[in-house]
Amino acid sequence: MINSHDVLWGQTLLYTAYVVVMISVIIWFAYSITKEGKTSKVSKTFFWSFVAVLVVVGFSLHLVTYNTIPWVKQDLHRGDTVADQQFDIVVENHEFILPAEDMVVQCNELILFDVTSNDLTYGFGLFRDNNSMVMQMQVVPGHRNDILWKFEENESLTIRSTEYSGPEGFQMIIPDAVNVVGCS
Amino acid sequence: MTTNTAPTSSSKPGFFTTLIDGNEGGLKANGLTPAQKLSLRFVVVGLIYFGFAAIEGMLMRIYQIEIISFIGVEQYFGILTAHPLVGIFGSSYMIVFGAFLFVIPFMMKKPLWSLKVGQASFLLIAIGTFTFWFSGFISHYAALYTLYWPLPADFDQFSALGGSFFIGGIALVMVGSLLFVLNVFKSIAYTPEGWEQQPAGALLSSALGFTGLANLFRKEKKEHLVPLPVAAIARGSVDVALNAIIITFSGVLILVYMIWHLAGVNLADTAIDALLYKNWYWWGLDLVADGLVLVFVAGTWYLLATLITGKKLFMQNIARAALAVELIVSWTVWSHHLLSDQSQPAILKILSGELVTAFELITQGIAIFVTLATLWMARPLKMTNELKFLLGGLLGFGLAVPAGIMQADMGLNRILHNTQWIIGPHVHVAIIVGLGMTLYAAIYALWPLLTNGVKLYSQWMANVHFWGTLVGGIGMGAFMGMAGLQGMLRRTIYFEGEFTPYMWLAGISGALILIGFVFFMLNIIMSVGLKGLLGIFTKSKLDTKDLVPTD
Repeated sequence: MINSHDVLWGQTLLYTAYVVVMISVIIWFAYSITKEGKTSKVSKTFFWSFVAVLVVVGFSLHLVTYNTIPWVKQDLHRGDTVADQQFDIVVENHEFILPAEDMVVQCNELILFDVTSNDLTYGFGLFRDNNSMVMQMQVVPGHRNDILWKFEENESLTIRSTEYSGPEGFQMIIPDAVNVVGCS
Repeated sequence: MTTNTAPTSSSKPGFFTTLIDGNEGGLKANGLTPAQKLSLRFVVVGLIYFGFAAIEGMLMRIYQIEIISFIGVEQYFGILTAHPLVGIFGSSYMIVFGAFLFVIPFMMKKPLWSLKVGQASFLLIAIGTFTFWFSGFISHYAALYTLYWPLPADFDQFSALGGSFFIGGIALVMVGSLLFVLNVFKSIAYTPEGWEQQPAGALLSSALGFTGLANLFRKEKKEHLVPLPVAAIARGSVDVALNAIIITFSGVLILVYMIWHLAGVNLADTAIDALLYKNWYWWGLDLVADGLVLVFVAGTWYLLATLITGKKLFMQNIARAALAVELIVSWTVWSHHLLSDQSQPAILKILSGELVTAFELITQGIAIFVTLATLWMARPLKMTNELKFLLGGLLGFGLAVPAGIMQADMGLNRILHNTQWIIGPHVHVAIIVGLGMTLYAAIYALWPLLTNGVKLYSQWMANVHFWGTLVGGIGMGAFMGMAGLQGMLRRTIYFEGEFTPYMWLAGISGALILIGFVFFMLNIIMSVGLKGLLGIFTKSKLDTKDLVPTD
């Protein structure tokens, strides 16, 4: 099963490769443009082929991620999904108010985090020990902010606000707030 | 086309003499027309504000490496709030507006509609920028440029009085921007005194793309009355106006809360729906980043490509159509900023956030291709400053736009939103490398016309500026992006050194940008001389509406 770490690794590889190609093309172009060449024509076919590639790349990205990244479908259909476990969290005065019971999550179960803000716009993010992000969402006052997630590794996760809510907001961190257990 | 590569003369006068008088006599301010002075004022003040933004940016880079003891947390977030606003409105708007108020009369071959309105724009934006920057500096008003409701009206954290001045400053900038838009459209459509009546409707129709649209259905195509770069300016100006209206509306709303609070009454912030507010605010704000910037930049590339090569643009009609598509895209693209808002309707996330956003890859890709093809067909070309900066600008957007397309995906946004990835490889590479280098290319290209042929002081300094901006800009974006992929958030502070190695590398890259800019400014000042520089701000001795002196 793909997790955020795998997706970011794939993105790093793809984007780095693209950057290398793009920089190389511009360097080659900058060099060639100052020289006499065999031909200085640019065909319309080349242009339209390029446009076609842009169209395919631009739209296929979303098709690929929809079909490969598990949380996309999960998120779009969360209204029709029954969660195995739900945690209701309140945010107020730059503080997360967590449920009274410990937030222990069973591996591979669907967990719903329902976060309510009573004042400002905040963020709700889960982070691993090495500070990498598992997921995040915005927490907007006056609206439902819920996210469905499935965890697949035993780990302790830190809750952190991922949105700026004024100078007091950067301290909104609760280490080891969510514990995932039961993964083999 | 006159190039402005500096001569490699070895018999130069002393440093201080050149600093005062300029290179080879420097800028003769008495010989500048009112139109030249107006544009130069915009550009000079815009560059000074870029210096503000660059220093603020560097302070924040250092802060992310090691906390600076004399900058408190409130001050840090005050800087974080002012930095993008000074960069966009104080610097980019000023430089772009100044250049365009010169380019329109230059290409339309008629005087600017009103130098007085141009001067009013200049003063309002310059004073407005200083007002919001200074009030933020003093009062630490730090609701960020996003102003997510109800943060701007949170008077437990921010001073209502300081905030009023802050919002007032933004309002001045918006009024100045609207006056610029008025000047653009009037300059395109009006009939100068003593001229044969101009077809105002047809000119505006051509500028806004209606002629091109109608041509699709006509057997006999109508000629475009407005050159392509002017059409780009007009279309981008539509977004400037819409953006100004939305920002002003939001500003008035916030001011109402501030004034009532100062009068001792606290209005209920729940009266405003936070998500609805976020939607209209981002609709307006995104007209800058995903609208006018892209349209203006594409228009500037086309202008530069034709000026550099002296040839017609490759696939000109397609380029014109792409600009029209870009304008419409800019009105329907805002929802990619709300992909992590769970109450945002899914249909808006998919249509506006993902699919319409993907069009930006296509329109910007077309703009890059058309510009490169135009250059290619004119080779061999001399690698002048304007050409090398233009290539840098193309590379900047070539890197930044795909980064933006990636984060405008529901799957990837879930783990990228508000990380350093957004602000690094996308925003800063787009602004510093893409937009910045395009503007520098325009400055170099227009330099001979704006200064009546002042010789550049040092090509070496111009090269330092080029490489500093290019390597520093891409490097900073890359290292911020790497930190973002490791989970580093934007708009916060890390105290435990979690991402220090990346921040060191981003800081060194940022220093390269700053060094490049310092050399650029020094080169400009040494070229025109302090006398010439100050002379820009005095009244022109030439009583003419002409763009450049007739002799």
